[in-house]
Amino acid sequence: MPKDGGIGAATTRREDVRFLTGKGQYSDDIRTFGECAAVFARSNVANGTIKSINTEAAAAMPGVLAIFTGEDFVEVGGNPAGWAIVSRDGEPMKEPKRPVLAHGKVRHVGDAYAAVIAETVQQGKDAVEAIEIDIEEHDAVINMADALSGTNYVHDEIGTNQCFDWGWIEDNRAATDEAIKGAHHVTTLELVNNRLVPNAMEPRCSIGHYNTGTGDYTLHTTSQNPHLTRLLISAFVMGIPENKLTVIAPDVGGGFGSKIYHYGEEALVLAAAKKLGRTVKWTSDRSEAFLTDAHGRDHVTKIELAMDKEGNFLAFRTETMANVGAYLSNFSTATPTFLHGTLMAGNYTVPLVYVNVKTVFTNTAPVDAYRGAGRPEATYSLERVIDMAAREIGMDPTELRRKNFIKPDQYPYASAAGLEYDSGNYDALMDQMEKVSDKAGFAARRAESESKGLLRGFGVNAYIEACGIAPSNLVGILGSRVGLYDAATVRVNATGNLSVMVGAHSHGQGHETVFPQVVAEMLGIDAQSIDIVHGDTSKIPFGMGTYGSRSLAVCGSAVVRATEKIILKATKIAAHMLETEENNVEFNDGTFSVAGTNKSVSFGEVALKAYIPHEFPIEAIEPGLEETAFYDPANFTYPSGAYCCEVEIDPETGKVSVDRMTAVDDFGNVINPLVVTGQVHGGLGQGIGQALVENTTYDDDGQLLSASYMDYTMPRADDLPFYTVDHSMGNACTHNPLGVKGCGEAGAIGSPPTVVNAVIDALQSGGKNITHIDMPMTPHRVWSAMQNAK
Amino acid sequence: MTTISMTVNGKTISENVEGNTLLSSFLREDLRMTGTHIGCDTSQCGACVVHVNGEAVKSCTMFVIEADGAEIGTIEGQANNDGSLNVVQQAFQDHHGLQCGFCTPGMVMSATALLKDNPKPSEQEIREYLEGNICRCTGYHNIVKSIMAASGQDVSKIAAE
Amino acid sequence: MYSFDIERPTSVADAVAALGSEDAQALGGGQTLIPTLKQRLASPSALVSLTGISDMQGTTSEGGALRIGGATTHAAVMAGASSYPALAALAANIGDPAVRNRGTIGGSLANNDPSACYPAAALASGATIITNAREIAADDYFQGMFDTALEEGEIITGVTLPVPEVANYQKFVQPASRFALVGVFVAKYADGVRVAVTGASNEGVHRWAEAEAALSSNFSADAIADLTVSADNLIGDLHGSPEYRAHLVKVMTGRAVKAAF
Repeated sequence: MPKDGGIGAATTRREDVRFLTGKGQYSDDIRTFGECAAVFARSNVANGTIKSINTEAAAAMPGVLAIFTGEDFVEVGGNPAGWAIVSRDGEPMKEPKRPVLAHGKVRHVGDAYAAVIAETVQQGKDAVEAIEIDIEEHDAVINMADALSGTNYVHDEIGTNQCFDWGWIEDNRAATDEAIKGAHHVTTLELVNNRLVPNAMEPRCSIGHYNTGTGDYTLHTTSQNPHLTRLLISAFVMGIPENKLTVIAPDVGGGFGSKIYHYGEEALVLAAAKKLGRTVKWTSDRSEAFLTDAHGRDHVTKIELAMDKEGNFLAFRTETMANVGAYLSNFSTATPTFLHGTLMAGNYTVPLVYVNVKTVFTNTAPVDAYRGAGRPEATYSLERVIDMAAREIGMDPTELRRKNFIKPDQYPYASAAGLEYDSGNYDALMDQMEKVSDKAGFAARRAESESKGLLRGFGVNAYIEACGIAPSNLVGILGSRVGLYDAATVRVNATGNLSVMVGAHSHGQGHETVFPQVVAEMLGIDAQSIDIVHGDTSKIPFGMGTYGSRSLAVCGSAVVRATEKIILKATKIAAHMLETEENNVEFNDGTFSVAGTNKSVSFGEVALKAYIPHEFPIEAIEPGLEETAFYDPANFTYPSGAYCCEVEIDPETGKVSVDRMTAVDDFGNVINPLVVTGQVHGGLGQGIGQALVENTTYDDDGQLLSASYMDYTMPRADDLPFYTVDHSMGNACTHNPLGVKGCGEAGAIGSPPTVVNAVIDALQSGGKNITHIDMPMTPHRVWSAMQNAK
Repeated sequence: MTTISMTVNGKTISENVEGNTLLSSFLREDLRMTGTHIGCDTSQCGACVVHVNGEAVKSCTMFVIEADGAEIGTIEGQANNDGSLNVVQQAFQDHHGLQCGFCTPGMVMSATALLKDNPKPSEQEIREYLEGNICRCTGYHNIVKSIMAASGQDVSKIAAE
Repeated sequence: MYSFDIERPTSVADAVAALGSEDAQALGGGQTLIPTLKQRLASPSALVSLTGISDMQGTTSEGGALRIGGATTHAAVMAGASSYPALAALAANIGDPAVRNRGTIGGSLANNDPSACYPAAALASGATIITNAREIAADDYFQGMFDTALEEGEIITGVTLPVPEVANYQKFVQPASRFALVGVFVAKYADGVRVAVTGASNEGVHRWAEAEAALSSNFSADAIADLTVSADNLIGDLHGSPEYRAHLVKVMTGRAVKAAF
């Protein structure tokens, strides 16, 4: 093992030093000489026809440099959806144009219809107030069921509010219907997966720069995937050649999905920079973020579970309406379909699954992937209906799950929802969960809660998810318009230190610490001599970015492949230096040696030789030591887990507190347990937030009621407990070189149903016949359910 | 314009400012100390917490004119004189009390203010004290743990890894 | 924010004079006003900061009452109201620590947010609101949501709260803002019990007369067991219906009585 920690070491994070001393460099921290400000004029109505926009008075105001409206972008392209979904009837999905600035109509509160470029933000805001817009307001399309049945359209040109009507697996539809019809027992549950606002703590920020001398554009932006942003701007929106556009995502303050996507503001600052020949900066405030960042979840689902009389699962069938908001954001069509329907067999040997998803346009902010992206929705539906079914048939919820688990000897396992799971052991996870959570002590803890007048419940959950989003061949068949590999370049400098350029982007995940652990382990050198370079399209070969818990599984694998190439070439050089054949050279702990002799050279000496190739076999080996690899995996990775939670409920007020939360996950091999544990913690915080406090509410007019932290409840430190996190039960992924699975989203996937199941358990223990409460289970909702229950 | 003077991390500053300049804007824009962050506009997220005369204050909700004559402490002034991380900062690194780093300056400044008044806070006291600091990455577990560790408490019994 | 100047008077007289100019507005701790200004929902020509007026700072015990200067921060009340522990406890639970280091009691009372904590304490204590011009009984001062008896340019220089035998404030928080979804302040005096409710009503802070009568004759949670709170004219929003708030008024009142010390 390298001296300061290789694979498996809980190395503390090197990036922390700059963040802890105020030396992080986030986009808004960048200031450029001569920069000016972009301020957006945003619709305060949800649905309206733009009759006229008069910018004359605004243009004459102090400091105003330019004003853009939708008219200025009619000739350029639109921001596309990344996945093409085909409806059950064979029709392609409806794809209305998403323009840089609204043109003709405004379609949600916050939809930008103009942008002022001014010397200062204040002057820009003054000018925005002076823009005269005449909007003919229409009724807002908000409720999804009404949207599907009505004739008031968000996009008149497509003549429907339905984007697509998708069936998965359509060939199984009839058999699933038949199985449910003939089943001994069918449990039916209607539920809402509540709409969330991602709320990365750093608001979005974009800075456009244009060099009039070279025609080069540079965009600094808060992005999880700068290459994808460049690709979208170049190929679809503005037509800027990729070689003339550099996209840089410096330190980014969290993303959770919301910063995957390309947003109109990015295109606008580039267009303005070109027009003015000046650097143009826009920083969102939190109020704008609530209105314009892509939201998450927002499904309304009916799920049915059919069982035989022993409790064996026969079929799952779901009908879901999924909100896509006013425009299709880049991943919005993949999230409710292939990231959701394919997981609807869960951890179970159920033979039949049929998923129907209708996606719906509404006059609300776009909805797209948010931490977990489709898998939390699948897990929530499954694990709630299973819990309800267990209670209906009088079986312990854990036992019902165990009865239907896929067993360890069944891998690879072809699930009824179309995926091939590579590895897992769900019973072992459940055993470990019961152990580390002290499930045995629950009865005593319940008695103690009851003695204080509180109800206590125990909730359990088993999840599987598909992450490490890739491979290209598979996602291509499923409708992806991009490939989902990743890339890395390992550059060994002459003096033996390394720069590793990676396509993944770190905005909290700790890549700068973890990726060097991998390389250090492979090369047997000090991790501190390895630096990661990310987030700059001019410095790294390519990359699809960070989302879908893919950084290590996909990009980390590319790093491994590139490092293997380095070793291969370095071995050739070493063989030359050691005057032997390559196959006689062994490489261990940073030293190349000749078997059975005391002849050796260090990795550093080889590196130097590569760059000072005196007496070098130039005809056989090129000078230099730098290798690039693109890695496209064979399959998703399939983390799984067993979670449990204990809640206390104050029956007088309905307030729920999570007292204990345990997450036992199978992430395969773990490179840095400190970082992995942190990722799980964060997911748990967000999942508990979804279950108990977070909700996004529009009124019937399309006004966002939960539009600030005054009304959108962010989980605080005193809302959450210490968590018990265990990932000792990993089964290595069978198809990537590190044997790793993704860990970034697990906590947010596994926890919401766990919490809800615990609340239902608590309420039933108090004698209330309550079988379901929609999230978030606020005090008001829980109290109301208790009032209405027998 | 009004002329104000103050010390920031021990250094005397004198500047002309507009009346409506917030302390946070002054630090970020005028002094180019961008460690103080802006995460909301309703005075709730706490990414902007600094010390004014030793007390935690949301710098986005105070006019700089009102800090005339005050001693201001920011994240940039927290490290030891030799540049190494101070006890609170070091505890955050040791216990992975940060991920994206955006809320971190406010967390450190709040934690420091807490420990000044309450050198051995309980878990519950820490959680309550952090009511005005929102983190979206960590689920707070390691933040609370870091602060307990910074106060010299044994955190080895706190769950996992 | 629009542009404006900030005046920093050091005496009440200078502050009153400064507030005489058109569209000038008083600035306390700014914890509500500054976010409002950021949203461009107010456009004062000048802000008159009251926090530099030493006469408006601090807490003093006067006979059986506690006098608090209008510019005293919540943190200072926490530390200085030892003679009125229920009030100190209330102050310790307003907002968060950083907000408590800036926000002032005068600012809170002048704003009279329907979900704020101090109005409940002032009303339940039968406090006297002292301004640069006069003294106003709490019963006359609070006139509905964001509405008070203050005249244009009038400054709250202090508030005097008679210290009760026992008292307690129970706050059930609105989970996002951490203001009171419902807050109830119960104060027992020799001549009777006063109960003030915040967070619940479209009319702002108000007294609950039936509970006061019942608790005055029998200061125990049982005394209010048979009372019901009407949901009429209570607030209904994202966080709770009028019926839920009505229920919480009773629950919080009972808990305040039990916890009173």
